[in-house]
Amino acid sequence: MLIYLPIAEVSVNAFLLLGLGGIVGILSGMFGVGGGFLMTPLLFFIGIPPAVAVATEANQIVASSFSGVLAHLRRKTVDIKMGLVLQAGGLVGSGLGIIVFNYLKALGQVDLLVKIFYVVFLGAIGGLMFVESINTLRHSSKGRTPAKRRKHNWVHNLPFKMKFRVSGLYISVIPPLLVGMAVGVLAAIMGVGGGFIMVPAMIYLLGMPTKVVVGTSLFQIIFVTAFTTMLHATTNHTVDIALALLLLIGGVIGAQIGTRIGVKLKAEQLRILLAIMVLAVCVKLSFDLLLTPSELFVLGAAGGH
Amino acid sequence: MRILHLLLAALLFAMPAKAEEIVLGLSQDEVAITATFEGSHILIFGAIKRDGTETVDGDLGVIITVSGPKTPITVRRKERKYGIWINADAVEVDAAPSFYAVATSGPIEEVLKEVEDLRHSVTMSRAIRSVGAKVEGSESFTEALIRIRSDAGLYSTFIGTVDLEEDTLFRTAINLPSNITEGAYETRIFLTRGGIVIDEYDTIIPVEKVGIERWLYRMAQDNAVLYGIMSLLIAVAAGWGASAAFAALRR
Repeated sequence: MLIYLPIAEVSVNAFLLLGLGGIVGILSGMFGVGGGFLMTPLLFFIGIPPAVAVATEANQIVASSFSGVLAHLRRKTVDIKMGLVLQAGGLVGSGLGIIVFNYLKALGQVDLLVKIFYVVFLGAIGGLMFVESINTLRHSSKGRTPAKRRKHNWVHNLPFKMKFRVSGLYISVIPPLLVGMAVGVLAAIMGVGGGFIMVPAMIYLLGMPTKVVVGTSLFQIIFVTAFTTMLHATTNHTVDIALALLLLIGGVIGAQIGTRIGVKLKAEQLRILLAIMVLAVCVKLSFDLLLTPSELFVLGAAGGH
Repeated sequence: MRILHLLLAALLFAMPAKAEEIVLGLSQDEVAITATFEGSHILIFGAIKRDGTETVDGDLGVIITVSGPKTPITVRRKERKYGIWINADAVEVDAAPSFYAVATSGPIEEVLKEVEDLRHSVTMSRAIRSVGAKVEGSESFTEALIRIRSDAGLYSTFIGTVDLEEDTLFRTAINLPSNITEGAYETRIFLTRGGIVIDEYDTIIPVEKVGIERWLYRMAQDNAVLYGIMSLLIAVAAGWGASAAFAALRR
């Protein structure tokens, strides 16, 4: 069934969009990522103009992460306090990120810098996570007690301590604020919600339990993407509500299914899968940079970057 | 004074009292884009009116062009530097039509002389080039623009698809794909003899969104804040709905 999208100004197959939304929704519910980094290229591929794809994707993520958070709330796996602290840092970070982005844009080649940054960053995070989870899994399967991660390092000696009951942490608010800020900067520069950077950061830098991380990440993604949606709707008028509706119907259902799958998995398995996904995105991006493209020319709106 | 009169008279004679003229008909005056728009095609037909003074030198030809609204567009070329592919050069085409179709009654070189093509910007390469003529070395860039838009079904050339019967009646169907944008579609019909344009007829076919498509589009433009809030409310409601439905299913 073809539907003509009022803002994107193209006809698309409604069932294809429902399916795409569903798949990305499952990933979202499982890993606590928004899925924008996956969905946006897919939307480009089916002919949605890039500006509309990015803006509408933000709106769809609001729906799937809200759906996911509700499922996690029922299981009490959302650390709302931690989410709010991360959010506070994230807002400052986004502001800084936009300044950095404009500075890079003035230098030119911002796209390239972002992509190289992405590849290096994703490769490092994905690789480290993969090795770590494989080791943990191997140790536990041999019957030995898994090597406990260092619970006490310099991070735990900082002032302004706060109790995060759901995560079982009693740490200074400075690290979560900094993590939130760093992710905010990266998200603003890369134009993504930052879930797949936030999730590993919460596990490895803050030492939060993997199960809580997913729900908490989704919780803070809602606010980031809601803000992005409003920003795009009011400045560029590029949010396509018909496209969003089709994607989010699939997305909210997928998120529910994803959450249930995620709960059944072991923390190590979840981390391995997340690592594989992060590495896959990294490999895909490096191919884009290294392989000879089939079409050397690209069309873009005039004046845009 | 007499000389002036003579001159005027001479001018009047020299003015081409159009011996052959186009009379046009369209199967539809406008194209409405609805939510289930799957493309459309417009039948363009007409006749050639003659006043008996026509000179018959060269064969008759009919060329029809339909052009969508023109917008500026940037064409970028990727280049390999330090082993990676990056966007290197960019050429801005000031006014590229969102849609362009050319239909002719015969091979281009028979129905249209190069010089006439240049003057009226009829064929694809002329129509696109003329509008982006300001840039240097833009040849490969405009070719790329034409290639990419042709692959998307937006630019097309149909040779010999205009039926010309008895040198009097002509008709063709122009296909509008489902990914067209709204706007005024400029339609031009050229009547040529021996490749020289002897008459041109211009008309506009409005392509407009209607119903809910129009309503949403206007709202996104005019009431952006309300539109944004509506989008978010729908997202939150859907998220809650799915969660509630799944919770009910589990019980």
